[in-house]
Amino acid sequence: MIIQFFVPHPPFTNMYEELLNWVRIIGIFALIIGLSSLIKLHYTRIARKTRDLPYSIIVFVGMAVMAAVGLIKGIEGAWFEWLFKNIQVPMQATMFSLLAFFIASAAYRAFRARTLEATLMLVTAVIVMFARVPIGEFLWQRMPDSAVQLWANPPGDISDWILKVPSMAARRGILLGISLGAIATSLKIILGIERSYMGAGE
Amino acid sequence: MKILDKLATLDRRYIFLMVALTVIVPLLFPIGMPITVTKEVQTVYDYIEKLPPGSTIMLAMDYDPAALAELYPMNLAVLRHAYSRDIKVIGMTLWITGATLGNLVMREAAEGIAQEGEDYVYLGFVTGAASVIMGMGEDISAVYPTDYGGRPLSEVPAMKGIKNYKDIDLLIDLAAGATPESWIAYAGSKYGQTIAVGCTAVSAVGYYPFLNSNQIIGLIGGMKGAAEYEKLIEARGTATAGMDSQSIAHILIIVLIIVANISYFAVRKKTTV
Amino acid sequence: MGTTIGIFIAAGLTLCIYSFLYKDNPFYKFAEHLFVGVAAGYTIATAWHQTVVRQIWHPVVTEGKFTLLIPTAIGMLMFSRFIPKYRWLIRWALAFTIGVGAGASIPLSMHSFIFKQTEATLQPFSGIGNLQFTAIINSVIIALGLLCTLIYFFFSVEHKGAVGVASKVGIFFLMVSFGAAFGYTVMARISLLIGRIYFLLHDWLHIAR
Repeated sequence: MIIQFFVPHPPFTNMYEELLNWVRIIGIFALIIGLSSLIKLHYTRIARKTRDLPYSIIVFVGMAVMAAVGLIKGIEGAWFEWLFKNIQVPMQATMFSLLAFFIASAAYRAFRARTLEATLMLVTAVIVMFARVPIGEFLWQRMPDSAVQLWANPPGDISDWILKVPSMAARRGILLGISLGAIATSLKIILGIERSYMGAGE
Repeated sequence: MKILDKLATLDRRYIFLMVALTVIVPLLFPIGMPITVTKEVQTVYDYIEKLPPGSTIMLAMDYDPAALAELYPMNLAVLRHAYSRDIKVIGMTLWITGATLGNLVMREAAEGIAQEGEDYVYLGFVTGAASVIMGMGEDISAVYPTDYGGRPLSEVPAMKGIKNYKDIDLLIDLAAGATPESWIAYAGSKYGQTIAVGCTAVSAVGYYPFLNSNQIIGLIGGMKGAAEYEKLIEARGTATAGMDSQSIAHILIIVLIIVANISYFAVRKKTTV
Repeated sequence: MGTTIGIFIAAGLTLCIYSFLYKDNPFYKFAEHLFVGVAAGYTIATAWHQTVVRQIWHPVVTEGKFTLLIPTAIGMLMFSRFIPKYRWLIRWALAFTIGVGAGASIPLSMHSFIFKQTEATLQPFSGIGNLQFTAIINSVIIALGLLCTLIYFFFSVEHKGAVGVASKVGIFFLMVSFGAAFGYTVMARISLLIGRIYFLLHDWLHIAR
């Protein structure tokens, strides 16, 4: 894979395309393995007749119905799409929307300006929350005309500067650090120094 | 002081109720705050606007129903813009949980303005992420031999003359995860593909370095970005409808943080004294 | 009719999940487990049609690409994890996948995430005479921020003296970034809630515009 990057000609390009195809096919089985863990967990609960047995039965019923409809009628079929749109989509979307409540609660309980660094973080968060939604400019437009004429949209401009200069600089530093780490790990894997992914030592 | 003590130990369910009300009330009684379009969203719009009719864009819909509220309106807006400009769209996804969603959104956006197979094609999902991106750089039909419905790509008019990224004028990745980095590294660096990113607000901050280095031409971030795009295409959608609620909810969070800090320092001062 | 029933079912399940906000209850548990099952069933059906049939069955049976049986066999070695005696066979599949990934990522990561990012940081200084004053200041701040952030993450040298000062400046830049990220995270989470409430008020109850 490294060689074909520097020598983009046959036979390396042909080998490259074939290897990519093989990786895509092997990936299918990784998907199946993931499902097997879930099935094993709930099967164990049913077999041991735990307190959550009724819920594990619901898991299997849901899985069986959805899989059967999809496999028999096809994933483009109306039934499959109906189940997807009216059961999976609303539930998955709602699960994640619960986070809105928890982030508000967490911000209220934990976000304290205890140190200079925490205060800086808090002030930046407040500026971004205020300025990146319409209300920032909306409220500024209701200031005296002289202020608005002096500076059309300070909340927007300040938050823009924060995102494009200091925040971007820190993110770039994090990105460089992560990339260097990932390259080092990849080299270690290729050279056989890193073998934990194979469960080495078992 | 008693009030501050009570505030310090407020039951979180009151906070939940406040959050719910700040979202519900503006949806029922809209304020209509104006939306300003940011430069990073304008750039994406302008790029598509300048593409001649008959151009082709690829839309990677790498999200699942969890990110629906932010990315679905963005997805619809971009598709409607492309369809209205007679630009062909090739849709695909790297997320298995987004496979059906991609099909639904392409169909919904096309109602009355575009024809499946002629104006757009949805390729669906294939395992591999990085290997899919790299494979399409050589030959899209080698990665996706058929479209989502099983039709061979050679029989799809929308794919006529399209072999790989050289034939794609713009790639937009609508992402709930870290897939833009893979697109930038594998499609952008290796094949020189022009890329724009639409993402959830959580990830948006992390893509500014790529915007600064011109590795992406534009960035549509979160529901606000979707609302900006809806404004540009002059079609009010769910993102625009939600902006008032977004604003009021943000003010609530800011007030909660300020009140919490005041009560914290007041209680701390009292216990120190 | 199907659409109306579907919307009522969707709304009912949405409210079941929101009932968790008051406290954990059987309605929430029912909805949660139903979601897990349906999502797994969805993955099975989609994986079958989109990957097994399209990537293996059709190419092998219809187009005669028998070489694809080799990666199929390698992939099937993953099932060896269920047989303790042959569990070691999974390493072949993992080694192949990770090897390809590692090999592909090294040059491209280096190009995209290191060279291009460094170039973007230094490029303004090549034509600094042509830049406006604010652009010069911003470029200096970006370069300084990047350097200080990298110094903060460099733990091979003790953070004392000049390194300590640079590390402290790096922390300030990081705090600004995390604050911005927090602000955007709040935006994202509230957006998800707005999406669901809009569905309940507009699509289900028809009381929102």
